[in-house]
Amino acid sequence: MSARIAHIAFNTFREAVRDRVLYNLILFALLLVGASLLVGQISIGIERIVIINLGLTAISLFGVAIAIFIGIGLVSKEIEKKTLYTILSRPVRRWEFIVGKFGGLAWTLIVNTLLMAIGFFAALLYSAGGFSGSDLWLLVAIYFIVLQFIVVTALALLFSAFSSPTLSAVFTLALFVIGTFAEDLRAFAAMTQGATRWLATGVAYLVPNFAALNVISSVAHGQSVAGALVFYNTVYSLFYAAAAVSGAVLIFDRRNLK
Amino acid sequence: MPLTSRSRVTATFGLLLATSLLISAFTVHRLDALRAGATLEEVLYIPSAKALKRMSLGYDGLLADLYWTRVVQYFGRKHHAHAMQYKLLKPLLDITTTLDPQLLVAYEFGSIFLAQQPPEGAADPQGAVELVERGIRENPNHWRLYYSLGFIHYVERQDYQAAAEAFERGSRVPGAHPWMKIMAATMAQHGGDIQTARFLWSRIYESTEDNMIKANAVRRLRALQVDEEVPFLEHLVRLFRERTGRQPARWAELVSAGMLRGTPVDPLGHPYRLMPDGRVEVQSPEDLPFIRYGLPPGQKPSTFFPPESK
Amino acid sequence: MSAIEISGLSKSYRIGFWRKRPVVALKPLHLVVEEGEVFGYLGPNGAGKTTTLKLLMGLIFPSGGSARILGMEIDDPRMKAMIGFLPEQPYFYDYLTAPELLEYYAQLSGVPAHERRRRVQTMLERVGLPDVGRLQLRKFSKGMLQRVGIAQAILHDPKVVFLDEPMSGLDPMGRREVRDLMLGLKQEGKTIFFSTHILSDAEALCDRVAVLHKGELRGVGAVADLTAATHARVEVLWHGLEALPAVAALGAECHPTGESVRAVLAEEQVDAVLDALRRHTARLVSVTPVRTTLEDYFVEKLAPTPAEMAR
Repeated sequence: MSARIAHIAFNTFREAVRDRVLYNLILFALLLVGASLLVGQISIGIERIVIINLGLTAISLFGVAIAIFIGIGLVSKEIEKKTLYTILSRPVRRWEFIVGKFGGLAWTLIVNTLLMAIGFFAALLYSAGGFSGSDLWLLVAIYFIVLQFIVVTALALLFSAFSSPTLSAVFTLALFVIGTFAEDLRAFAAMTQGATRWLATGVAYLVPNFAALNVISSVAHGQSVAGALVFYNTVYSLFYAAAAVSGAVLIFDRRNLK
Repeated sequence: MPLTSRSRVTATFGLLLATSLLISAFTVHRLDALRAGATLEEVLYIPSAKALKRMSLGYDGLLADLYWTRVVQYFGRKHHAHAMQYKLLKPLLDITTTLDPQLLVAYEFGSIFLAQQPPEGAADPQGAVELVERGIRENPNHWRLYYSLGFIHYVERQDYQAAAEAFERGSRVPGAHPWMKIMAATMAQHGGDIQTARFLWSRIYESTEDNMIKANAVRRLRALQVDEEVPFLEHLVRLFRERTGRQPARWAELVSAGMLRGTPVDPLGHPYRLMPDGRVEVQSPEDLPFIRYGLPPGQKPSTFFPPESK
Repeated sequence: MSAIEISGLSKSYRIGFWRKRPVVALKPLHLVVEEGEVFGYLGPNGAGKTTTLKLLMGLIFPSGGSARILGMEIDDPRMKAMIGFLPEQPYFYDYLTAPELLEYYAQLSGVPAHERRRRVQTMLERVGLPDVGRLQLRKFSKGMLQRVGIAQAILHDPKVVFLDEPMSGLDPMGRREVRDLMLGLKQEGKTIFFSTHILSDAEALCDRVAVLHKGELRGVGAVADLTAATHARVEVLWHGLEALPAVAALGAECHPTGESVRAVLAEEQVDAVLDALRRHTARLVSVTPVRTTLEDYFVEKLAPTPAEMAR
């Protein structure tokens, strides 16, 4: 069972690696990191801050773009193209397929982030001439970005299990934007009354909590990140992703293929 | 019905879905507690409000609304915790009004939050004045802004001249409320008078719909009443001593002397206390904020009051 | 235990905006296929052949009924390890090469790691694609893709092989090769269930066939039986025109060509005709049974039923 999941994951990774879109996006991200070097030199005194802000934001946004681009096609493309026919006629359970796909894409994004992070640290090293103690927190920020990718991937997979690639992209993107303001949404919900309050609070808790995963501006200013925050963010991201993947399994298990 | 593999999958992943959602929701709760204010702290890191406006790609109105929600949330939370510091208030208001210079409520309420003494506000009347002046520059035809300005000058800075000027400017705006003119005149002549203050707070009480502001106006009016009655009562006590040559021990003595009709009570219904040295005190100073008279010796006028007082 | 046992399997869809109108893709189907058989599943386009296969493969779920393959349920992974499936106009991951694809399928089918490479290589040679190592599948021709399709269907040595229109889009050479492959599989003792609308292929390959039309099974039987006409006829060839009147008098159709005559007559009349020929000392050339073709059977089964006529 786990061997099959691993094989599906590896094949998904291989598919992503051979997809040209991936390289374009990575290239763009690295270009932005390089550009931040230039911009940093113009604004004196905040070079490091600019590089970190721009660099990490680029990694974050482009990674989300990759997760969406590839994630939306994970299931729906296979159904469209009927490549699933020869997969599901083999001893592969439907849930193994979903979990394998998720694993493959998550792995793709982790490798991506690694590459972009190397480029980022190279830029930082070049401008600062060395590493400093507060660079540790940059790693934490990047770790949070990876957690963010995992959640986005899980959501893209969930939508891909029942809707077309275009709609999946729209939904996932919408949830990404809303999730960025999840904390404000909860604050807003707390200000309402009655039935609206129930509804708003429910939605505000269901929406992915990306606000907490973004510590870019504070690490840019050398602030530390609380250990408790790392713990809770990890727990949250993993369980939220698990929920989305479970949803995908439940939907896909019942789906009549075209 | 036999447990088919499909129902096993459904049960397993259904359970996983439900549990994961619950754990996620709980974790969100913990995260919110951890990060209370963290998002707002980032306000300190924004290079400038103008830069943010440029980055908002035309959605500055929406972003302004978002920041205004954050101001309210920040102020509410701090206020509830009786905080003595509101250091993020000014940057947040600055951003809000830069993003949307026509967001009147930000000037009106924001200036109140800024001007008031802690724990009611950030104790920054100067900042409040600057904020409203900027609001007036951007929205010269909204008379309520001049009113807010006059209010700050009068209440928090006791600068009656500046208050009068503000009311005067506002009274000239087409559509201004008629009593702006009255306030201007009264402020100039009788800025320090209790009647002026009573007039101002009564107008506020009548015209606002916000419960918090109404309650505050009531407290102010009560304090004015005390500030009037206590000196008057102390004056009566002095008269009594002059006439009879001794300090009265109880209010009844003044009643018998025909100087009072009955035991005097404060706005909360509690009788004033007649002290042996002739001073008059209120029974529970903690329940009567803003009073300047009737306090025990050495006690400063308070703005602090217990959470559930009306 | 039969290789395939279908009990009342049916499928209907609801279409329309409010999903109210049911469309019956497959009426309740009862069918049994024994091990070692080559079974042809015939029908015009849209008859429900692919629907049946998708139901058997677990790609879609039945509206009613059930089926068992090798005695096991449709969703049983143990069963799936023993079957192979070639879909109609297959599409594979086009970013992979053929060996990569087959290796991936071998992994999923549970072929042991040490066997995979050898198996993949053997399969590629067997389907006639020995040298496509580095070429990505997106560059393959239709015929090459079909061969890859067959390779993936059999590389894990399944007991039952399902093929949906295996000859479609192939040139005559390709079709010949596929036919030979299928015969080879039969010799290995595998059960083959394949759907087609090309009757000559079915006639040549199958032991038994079923005819499906508008979602309904119209007829099942052994090819030999079906083509043995209810009115069995015999063709007699001889030299010598003297016998002609006698044979014609028996009611046979006679077609003389020079000295030779070809007559078609009912099976019961053979003895009488042979007697007549002997009496007239004609020289007998051949006595051959004339069979109806599968096509005749097919067309007959496709004719509207009385129920359809009444509608």
